[in-house]
Amino acid sequence: MLEIKNLTKTYDGKLILDHVNLTIKDDEILTIVGPSGAGKSTLLRCISGLEKIDGGTFLLNGEPFDPAETKQSEAVIGVVFQDFQLFPNFTVLQNVTLAPTTVLHVSAADANREARDLLDRLNLNGKEDLYPYELSGGQKQRVAIVRALAMHPQILCYDEPTSALDPDLRQEVAKIILGLKQDGMTQIVVTHDMDFASAVADKMLRVEPV
Amino acid sequence: MSYILQILPSLLSGAQMTLSIFFWTIIVAIPLGILVGLGQTSRFKPLTWLLNFYVWLMRGTPLLLQLIFVFYGLPLLGIVFPRYDAALIAFILNYAAYFAEIFRGGLQAIPVGQYESAKVLRLSYGQTLRKIIIPQVVKIVLPSIGNEVINLIKDSSLVYVIGLGDLLRAGNVATARDVTLVPLVLVAVMYLLLTAVCTGVLRLLERHYSNWR
Ligand SMILES: Nc1ncnc2c1ncn2[C@@H]1O[C@H](COP(=O)(O)OP(=O)(O)O)[C@@H](O)[C@H]1O
Ligand SMILES: [Mg+2]
Repeated sequence: MLEIKNLTKTYDGKLILDHVNLTIKDDEILTIVGPSGAGKSTLLRCISGLEKIDGGTFLLNGEPFDPAETKQSEAVIGVVFQDFQLFPNFTVLQNVTLAPTTVLHVSAADANREARDLLDRLNLNGKEDLYPYELSGGQKQRVAIVRALAMHPQILCYDEPTSALDPDLRQEVAKIILGLKQDGMTQIVVTHDMDFASAVADKMLRVEPV
Repeated sequence: MSYILQILPSLLSGAQMTLSIFFWTIIVAIPLGILVGLGQTSRFKPLTWLLNFYVWLMRGTPLLLQLIFVFYGLPLLGIVFPRYDAALIAFILNYAAYFAEIFRGGLQAIPVGQYESAKVLRLSYGQTLRKIIIPQVVKIVLPSIGNEVINLIKDSSLVYVIGLGDLLRAGNVATARDVTLVPLVLVAVMYLLLTAVCTGVLRLLERHYSNWR
């Protein structure tokens, strides 16, 4: 369970997030919705430790927790970026195994085996040796999900998972997210797409521009 | 033919000087250029100002002037380098600036998102540079680095001005002494061979980096 209390964030003195509170229970899907510029991405960047916060506290399973300062070995938060940000110089398989082998020091054999399992589960079998430029948008996104999962995060975050895809792929993304929930994954989904949000949400947080 | 065999030893010993300037400059100036390029993109402003000034100075003045300055100018300030060291210092400082400029451009072409996705995967900054950023930068900069490397082979002939015996000087001496064009033609052929080898190596490297985009 992740609790966020009174999260405040400014950019150059401009208030973006004003005392935001949220709680996400294990295995839940929390969607964060709101108009463009409301600070949804900023909130996600604070949760994933990419931005320093100006105030507030994070509690993970009741313990204080600083996303920006977690040690190398503790992969608490996984992130699927809006534009995926796969590493173009690595194959699909290497994208997935890079962090487990270099950060967690998992053996190459074990990392490969787990990566292939995860890739199979997201219908990416046969794509292991392709480079990112050879994949479609939907495939890139699924690789990004697998890459994040391979680090065994406690919470997986998505920023606008439908925005870079064809509209008819929305269903498929929803299915993947709901499938991961079945497997016990806690997820936070940022989106401005209300239909999509209501399709996957257990709980919805609305943010408005300050 | 026997004339060629007769002048070949002196040309080859000149070529040795050319190659030694070439290799030492490459070996030191490329890593130095990477460091300066990284420094130029750092957030610590005084460092970027200092490095920008260095790059501006080196690229804004002739290499010939820099050679003369190091060998004939610095002794006036009591700093004396042997000829060969002076040549290496000037070449390394000059070429590192050009390489830095190329690497800076390459580094800035990498989206911030690459650093961020590496960070949320818990890779350290060093791991991120080594495994993700540098390979992408190398691919981007390879053609420009190739140009500079070819330039360096030819620029190395500038060391004649401080009295070092390189390939061009050896040919020039033989031509003046024996009143024939043959040495100069041989020198041209040798430069062509050197640049051809470099071009070939660069093509191989570019091919190595061509299976991803
Ligand atoms: N790095 C930044 N520096 C300054 N302002 C920023 C930065 N990133 C986002 N902002 C501002 O923060 C506000 C919220 O942005 P964002 O979190 O991207 O909104 P959303 O994702 O809800 O569309 C916007 O007004 C945006 O201009
Ligand atoms: Mg956004």
